[in-house]
Amino acid sequence: MKRVYVNEEWCLGCHLCEYNCAFANSGLRDMAFALKDKKIFPRIHIEGDDKISFAVSCRHCTDPICIKSCIAGAISKVDGVVKIDRDKCVGCLTCVLVCPYGALAPAEDGIMQKCELCLNNSCGAPACVAGCPNKAIVYEERGEEK
Amino acid sequence: MKKYIIIGNGTAAVGCIEGIRSLDKTGEITVISEENHHVYSRPLISYYLENKTDLEHMKYRGDSFYKDNSCKVIYGKKAVRISKTSVTLDDETVLKGDRICIATGSRPFVPPIAGLDTVEKKFGFMTLDDALALEKVLSKNVRVLIVGAGLIGLKCAEGIHDRVGSITVCDLADRVLSSILDNDCAGIVQKHLEANGIKFLLGDTVERFEGDFAFMKSGKQVDFDICVLAVGVRANSELIKAAGGEVNRGIIVNSKMETSLPHIYAAGDCSEGFDASVGANRVLAILPNAYIGGSTAGVNMAGGDAAFDNAIPMNSIGFFGLHIMSAGDYSGVCSEEKTENTLKRFFTKDGYLRGFILIGATERAGIYTALIRDKTPLKTIDFDLTKKVASNLIFSKKIRGKKFGGVV
Ligand SMILES: Cc1cc2nc3c(=O)[nH]c(=O)nc-3n(C[C@H](O)[C@H](O)[C@H](O)COP(=O)(O)OP(=O)(O)OC[C@H]3O[C@@H](n4cnc5c(N)ncnc54)[C@H](O)[C@@H]3O)c2cc1C
Ligand code: SF4
Ligand code: SF4
Repeated sequence: MKRVYVNEEWCLGCHLCEYNCAFANSGLRDMAFALKDKKIFPRIHIEGDDKISFAVSCRHCTDPICIKSCIAGAISKVDGVVKIDRDKCVGCLTCVLVCPYGALAPAEDGIMQKCELCLNNSCGAPACVAGCPNKAIVYEERGEEK
Repeated sequence: MKKYIIIGNGTAAVGCIEGIRSLDKTGEITVISEENHHVYSRPLISYYLENKTDLEHMKYRGDSFYKDNSCKVIYGKKAVRISKTSVTLDDETVLKGDRICIATGSRPFVPPIAGLDTVEKKFGFMTLDDALALEKVLSKNVRVLIVGAGLIGLKCAEGIHDRVGSITVCDLADRVLSSILDNDCAGIVQKHLEANGIKFLLGDTVERFEGDFAFMKSGKQVDFDICVLAVGVRANSELIKAAGGEVNRGIIVNSKMETSLPHIYAAGDCSEGFDASVGANRVLAILPNAYIGGSTAGVNMAGGDAAFDNAIPMNSIGFFGLHIMSAGDYSGVCSEEKTENTLKRFFTKDGYLRGFILIGATERAGIYTALIRDKTPLKTIDFDLTKKVASNLIFSKKIRGKKFGGVV
C-alpha cells in the first residue's frame, strides 16, 4: 500500500505541508479564505531544531495500537487506511496517549482527526506530498506486508 | 471445525472474536452476553449522560459486526459453570466448546455501609443500564452524593453535572483519582473540579445511611436525593475459581492469556496479567488492555502464537476541558516541567522511564508511553530535550529513518 514517507535530509522546515493539509481538509475552495489569520489544525506537523526538520503524520501502522486502544471503537482500518469516525469519537485522547509516533492531534473542536491520505477529500492523494517543494515527503509503495 | 465459546460481550470479547477470525474464518463462535445489548463502549456511559454521544454511536462495533464475523450471540443469559469443554448457562443449557475465553469483566464493589438498604435512589455506574436508570431520575433540583472519587465516580460527576442541582463526592482517600495521581497532581485536578461546582469530602466516608441522609465518619451530614456508589470494582473470576483454576485479584493468566486450566483463556477486567512497568502481576482494568488481551487470547485459541507482554497501566481522561494522562509506575526519581496551567511529571529509574503524569499538556504523549513500553534506555536518546514537548527529535537519525521511512 502507498504511504507517506519522509526524507528528512531534504526537508526545509517550511511548514507548507501543514498548510496544504489544513486547506485540503477544510472543504473550502479558496486557500486564503480557509487559512488566513486562522490557527490551523493540520494532520501533519513539522518537528525539528535549527539543524534538522521532518514531517510527522500517521504511519498507517500494520498493527495499529490506536485502533486497539480507542475507548469508543471510533478508529478502524479500511483497505489499509487507518480512519477515525469523528461522530463516534468523544475526544478522550487515549489514542494520543498510545500512538508511538506522536502522529495524532485533536481538531479545533477537541474531537480527534488524523491523516487519511486525502483519499476522501477533493485531492484524492496526499496534498502535503503534492505541495512539498523539495520532495522531502513522498507518497509511494515501500516494503511489503502480508 | 473448532468450536469457540466466549463468555461476556465487552471489549475483551470483541478482541477475542477479531483475534480468532484473523486466523480461523470458519470455526463456530458463540458469545454469551449477560447484558441485553449489542456491544457498546463502556467508558462512554458518562458521555451519553452528557449528551456527547448517543446509543447509536456508543456501539463499539457496527450493527453487522456479529454477522460479519459469523458469531452467534446469546443475549440475556449468564454462564454459571464451566468445564474444560463446556459452558452451562443459567437456564441449564449446556454448550460444548473446544476453546473457551472468559471475558466477564468486573462488577462494582458494594461497600458494607450500614443502612444502605434504606437509601431509595441508589445506583452503580458500570453498565449502560445503570446510566439509563440514573438518567430517569436526573433533574435540575436533585442533590447527588457520589461515593468514590476515582475515575468512575468523577466521570459520572462530569456526565450528570449539567443535569442536576448539586454534586458532592466523598472518598476515604485524601485525594481524587488516588490510583493514578500523586498528591500535587490530584490537588490541581480537584481545584479544577471544584471550580466547576463539584464539592468534595475527602479523607471521609459514609459511616451510615438513614434514608436520604448520609452520616459521615467526620461527623458531617450530607442530605441527598440520589446516591451513586463508585468505590471500586471486583473481577468476575468466579467461573474459573469454581472450576479449580488459579485466581488472585483476577483470573491468573500468562502472556498468551491462558488460565491455569487447559484450553481456557481469560482477558480483560476479569484477569490479572503481567504489568511490564512494575514487573509483577496486576489487574489492569483499562479498555486498551482488554482489547489487546482479548485479541491475543483469540489468536492463540485459533492455533496462532501471540503474546501480550508489554501491558502497562495507562489512562487518558478529561474533566471539563482539562486533560490528564498517566502511565506506568511512579517509583523512582521524579522530574517535572511546569507552566502556569500545566504540569508534567516523569518518573525514571535505573536509566528507564517508568511512568509519567501529564496535566493539561498532553501533546504527542504516545512518544513517552512508547519509551516505557519499549523499555528504551534513556542514555540512547535525548530525554531531557523531550520533557517540555514530546518529539521524535530525541531518536537517532537511523531510528527515525525506520519510523518514518519504512513500514511499521
Ligand atoms: C464509567 C466508566 C468509565 C471508564 N473509562 C475508561 C477510560 O476512559 N479508559 C479506559 O481505558 N477504561 C475505562 N473504563 C474501563 C473499561 O470500560 C474496562 O476496562 C473495559 O470495558 C473492560 O472490558 P472487558 O471486556 O474486560 O469487560 P466488560 O466490558 O465489563 O464486559 C464484560 C461483560 O461480561 C458480562 N458477563 C459477566 N459475567 C458473565 C457471565 N457469567 N455470563 C455472561 N456474561 C457475563 C458482563 O455483563 C459484561 O457485559 C471505564 C469503565 C467505566 C465503568
Ligand atoms: S495514529 Fe499512530 S498508532 Fe495509529 S496508525 Fe497512525 S501512526 Fe499508527
Ligand atoms: S480521542 Fe476519540 S479516537 Fe481517540 S481514543 Fe478517544 S474516542 Fe477514540
